[in-house]
Amino acid sequence: MTQPFHLEPVPIRMIRCAKTFDGGVRVLDPVDLEIGGGETLVLLGPSGCGKTTLLRLIAGLEWPDAGGRVVFGGEDVTALPIERRNVGMVFQSYALFPNMTVAENVGYGLRVRGIERLERARRVGEMLEMTHIAPLADRRIDQLSGGQRQRVALARALVVRPRVLLLDEPLTALDAKLRDTLRLEIDRLLQDLGITAVYVTHDQAEAMALGDRIVVMSKGRIEQIGTPREIYRNPASPFVAGFVGTMNRLPAEGGGGLLRIGGATLPWSGPMGPVEVMVRPEDLTVEPEAGAEGYTLPARISAAVFLGDRTRLVAETSDGTELTIDTDPHRPFARGDQIRLRIDPSRILSP
Amino acid sequence: MRSRPIAFWLQLGFTLLVCAFLIVPVCLSIMAGITANYFVGIGGGVTLRWIGEVWRLYADTIFLSLRIALACLACTLVLGVPAAYVLARRPGRIARAIEELLVMPVAVPGLATALALIVAYGGFGDFRRSWLFILVGHVLFTLPFMVRSVLAVLCSIDLRMLEEGAASLGARFHQRFFGVVLPNCRSGILAGSLMVLTLSVGEFNLTWLLHTPLTKTLPVGLADSYASLRIEIGSAYTVVFFVIIIPCLVLLQRFGATGRPRTRKAKP
Ligand SMILES: Nc1ncnc2c1ncn2[C@@H]1O[C@H](COP(=O)(O)OP(=O)(O)OP(=O)(O)O)[C@@H](O)[C@H]1O
Ligand SMILES: [Mg+2]
Repeated sequence: MTQPFHLEPVPIRMIRCAKTFDGGVRVLDPVDLEIGGGETLVLLGPSGCGKTTLLRLIAGLEWPDAGGRVVFGGEDVTALPIERRNVGMVFQSYALFPNMTVAENVGYGLRVRGIERLERARRVGEMLEMTHIAPLADRRIDQLSGGQRQRVALARALVVRPRVLLLDEPLTALDAKLRDTLRLEIDRLLQDLGITAVYVTHDQAEAMALGDRIVVMSKGRIEQIGTPREIYRNPASPFVAGFVGTMNRLPAEGGGGLLRIGGATLPWSGPMGPVEVMVRPEDLTVEPEAGAEGYTLPARISAAVFLGDRTRLVAETSDGTELTIDTDPHRPFARGDQIRLRIDPSRILSP
Repeated sequence: MRSRPIAFWLQLGFTLLVCAFLIVPVCLSIMAGITANYFVGIGGGVTLRWIGEVWRLYADTIFLSLRIALACLACTLVLGVPAAYVLARRPGRIARAIEELLVMPVAVPGLATALALIVAYGGFGDFRRSWLFILVGHVLFTLPFMVRSVLAVLCSIDLRMLEEGAASLGARFHQRFFGVVLPNCRSGILAGSLMVLTLSVGEFNLTWLLHTPLTKTLPVGLADSYASLRIEIGSAYTVVFFVIIIPCLVLLQRFGATGRPRTRKAKP
């Protein structure tokens, strides 16, 4: 991929931005958010949690409730409408102009800025190359596939060299394979351009792959902000633990430097009394028949799904707790098999 | 060959009936307009004399009709397109109520609208005597058709999304309106325009009350000539009317049928 330009990374600051729609429904609690220059920040959360609303506040398509401020670099843009903020935006439904060709769509932002024809054609051509759609330049929008439309939308947003790129679930409408390809390309493009980007998704795998940092949201509130590793390894709340990846929850009892889970006993420095501990499916190991009995947990397999790179087991412990385990795909498992699970004490999470 | 079902014969019968009442009179009327003598029939010779006669007597009504139709089109474009845009952008009850109100002049009989206009503004003598008085009536009557036609197209595209897309690229309001909104409702504007022209040229109910001897339009002149002159002249007048109105109707049919202009084919 050619790299024709590099964008000035502009940091974004949101200060006490809340949003209440007409009729008094508050869909966003006051949010304080700092986005570093050149950073890719992903907003992750279930449907209806306010991701789009937060993105539209940054874009200038919605205004925050009184008291909220949005700052780009050193400039307070709270009062500016979107056309004066110089942001690039990629909409979920693309929002391409059906009355224009691909090249005209991409050139639109330059045309309204009064950039003369030759310069415009040069920059449009460069952008079409960069997003691999140069052969489609003269097509009309209704003659493009979903993936091609997405590329046009991306090219159109980037060609004006925006201060910030905002993407609202850009890959949701595409099939899985295409989504992976495009996600990689977007990732590389964002890195190469060094642009500050905010990316909305409800797909946690997409969030992990793209984000320098992830903001996990729920019901109009920010649950946690952190790198993908932090979010995955140290979820700040049960909601985050459950929403990002799969998490097992086990009732346990702490006391005397030991943690008792079902029949297993582990060394423990956590709180005394009954606790709920959490452990990821990949941190549970299925022991060969003759294991150290005292440290392992007996369970019965209720489902085994072969996924190619691993086998996902669902097993039930003697007290009825359901566990999900990711294990070696080469070992055969069957429903009803009795197994013993080893829990690595260092991988136990307790919120 | 299998015998055709009864439904076929019923349909054929109905079609023939429609022809008998719609198309036959039209053809006879056109024929009457170009025969030398109606009572002798087409065997008595074909002539353009009556059309010439119509032109001599009524050229000014034809020009007035065309002038009113074009002025009416200009007014409905300037008023109707922005109105449709605002109605499409505003959800809520007030917008819907206005939409309903706009249709009133179509629902109310033309004579009643005309009477109301005369009662309200007939006192302004110069205005009453000018062709502008008729224009007002025509605009009232045709405006809903323009608004509806444009509104239908605006509602079928995601207008808000397109505008937000344009705004995100830096387009100001006027750039968005002329560069994105108008081109995307072109088919609605075109269909609306043809409708307005056709309706205005053919409008009789309102115009008959609103006109003065010096501001006669084509349909009013037509009624006049049928009432007072030879049948051939009246019929020749009908021919002239058709020549003006049929191209409009044909175009209307074409754009109405496709809904939106056909998309250009991709270059290979
Ligand atoms: N213009 C509006 N007026 C009133 N309520 C709105 C408006 N826009 C959004 N909402 C409400 O605000 C809440 C958050 O919406 P938002 O679109 O931000 O969610 P989201 O996280 O983007 O969801 P999704 O993943 O489904 O896109 C929703 O409950 C929605 O119904
Ligand atoms: Mg959304």
